[in-house]
Amino acid sequence: MATSSGSVVRSAIPARSVPRQSFWLRLKLFLSKNGTYMLMALPGVALIFIFAYAPMPGIVIAFKDLKFNLGVWGSPWVGLNNFGYLVATPLTGRVLFNTLFMNALFIVTGTAGAIGVALLMNEVHGHFRSRVYQSAMFFPNFISVVVVSYFVFAFLSTDAGLVNNILKSSAMEPVQWYSSPEYWPVILVTVNLWKGVGVGSIIYLATIVSINPEFYEAARIDGANKLDQIRFITLPLLVPVITILTLLAIGRIFYADFGLFFIVTRDTPALYPTTDVIDTFVFRALRQLGDIGMAAAAGLAQSVIGFILVIISNMVVRKVDPEKSLF
Amino acid sequence: MAQQTVVMNQRSASSYRAGAFLGRFTVNAVLIVISLICLVPVLLVLSASFSTEAAISQFGYTLLPMRFSTAAYEYILAQPQRILNAYMVTSVVTVTGTICGLTVMALLAFSLSRQRFALRRPLSFYVFFTLLFNGGLIPFYLFVTQTLHLKDNALVLILPYLVSVWNVLLLRTSFQSLPEELLDAARIDGASEWRIFFQIAIPMSTPVLATVALFTMLSYWNDWWMSLLFINNKNLYSIQFLLYNIMQGLEAMNATPEIAARFKGELPTLTVRMAMAFFAIGPVAFAYLFLQKYFIRGITIGSLK
Repeated sequence: MATSSGSVVRSAIPARSVPRQSFWLRLKLFLSKNGTYMLMALPGVALIFIFAYAPMPGIVIAFKDLKFNLGVWGSPWVGLNNFGYLVATPLTGRVLFNTLFMNALFIVTGTAGAIGVALLMNEVHGHFRSRVYQSAMFFPNFISVVVVSYFVFAFLSTDAGLVNNILKSSAMEPVQWYSSPEYWPVILVTVNLWKGVGVGSIIYLATIVSINPEFYEAARIDGANKLDQIRFITLPLLVPVITILTLLAIGRIFYADFGLFFIVTRDTPALYPTTDVIDTFVFRALRQLGDIGMAAAAGLAQSVIGFILVIISNMVVRKVDPEKSLF
Repeated sequence: MAQQTVVMNQRSASSYRAGAFLGRFTVNAVLIVISLICLVPVLLVLSASFSTEAAISQFGYTLLPMRFSTAAYEYILAQPQRILNAYMVTSVVTVTGTICGLTVMALLAFSLSRQRFALRRPLSFYVFFTLLFNGGLIPFYLFVTQTLHLKDNALVLILPYLVSVWNVLLLRTSFQSLPEELLDAARIDGASEWRIFFQIAIPMSTPVLATVALFTMLSYWNDWWMSLLFINNKNLYSIQFLLYNIMQGLEAMNATPEIAARFKGELPTLTVRMAMAFFAIGPVAFAYLFLQKYFIRGITIGSLK
């Protein structure tokens, strides 16, 4: 078995020292201990490699002028030109603003909505009722965004939409929703709340339930009513959770929910002023055979800034509560 | 786990004072309204799909059908090839993806949950790092189309979703809580790790496995993203992607002359759209009614990590 690896067994020092095994022997030992686990992990590891790691070197096209006939590797290098174009495009500012602004809106409204629902659910004392409410409020979470776009269309279609019907029947002017970008931040916030508020409330509800009931009893004895109790006990005790979830959300603030901005808006160009975000911008660049190099540059900037933000937010989260950090 | 108690929240039955009735009434009223808002869009779509075309063009979409009609469904079922084909694609993808995905993820999670596995830490990093950083859409797109050549291939609807890192995380946590003494006892009796996995780890983790299976199924059923990126061939349209194309007006509701004749010039288009949407929600809503326990548990463990 001992082979070429050149391990010298010093026979001069006998019994005490374990002879250094050859490389192959150690490998064999390692495999006999870990081989089964490695085999078990293999399919998953391979799939992750193919779909997450293997594409990564393709990032270089952010520094190239992509010619499809030459392929990714044959295309000429252009240094930082793509980033230059990106900075020079007036669209960049708009896209960046929309991404950050809409995500900030989602964070604020989503948190407020989830806490509100959690506070309400906490006051429901019938098992059956709370089950029914939760079933209803979780339901939107399981609906695909394509179907959500049908819902939104049923409400907002210019001729037949429910909202315009109501406007007309109360003698108001109907609105061309799909060509009025100014309304879309509100519409998208509504859709986002509708979809996420039930699920978002769970973590807050879990925290509220775990608050020591003696706090509330003491407060009641001191004459605090329900709202006082919420204000002076529940909300302050929710602050750590709010902080952590907000930090984690800020870590992902450069990533937009593509489905919401692309499918729900039906990719309507008239709405781009308020709904075009980094992810839809990159997708369009890819699809409409626009400037792939620039899109890749935008994507790379998003990945890198996103990565740094996630790391920072996690470091802060770990300071606040080590158990809640992702790593 | 304490999730059940978390969900139903029975804080000690403390006494509530006068005025509490009004408070409780308000709380329930608000929650009923929110619950209804969550369900109303389904009603709107359902109502539209059961309306006559004329009623929709006259009154618009309403919460209850102004004039009841099943024309939209008759119209769709008169030429069912397209929707049947889409159902077929979605079902095959969902079933294959769920079975394979669950197997791959459970095996991976099991190996990552074993303390004695020497590569546990580096492999965990390798798996979870993908949550933090990815190459972005363009490199992914180019790799799949240019290197893997999976454009217009049904595999592209399945393979990228087989391993969901969040689900691996859930499964790993569950496997970590298996009592090590039990596994050691099995080892002493000569059981291999494979046998331990299949005969101890899997049966003891069925609740989490059921949850992960359900969410994997849903993610396949609801997926349109891979189709949007890689599918042009109409025979490979999934139900969601078909729906997307109809909404975008890319897919017209063509009728063969015989069918057009049957509907005598009143081709339902507004209502048919909504009926199609109902075909996509139907199975999910149906499953939701019966498997609610698993849905809610999945969401609860998911968000409480």
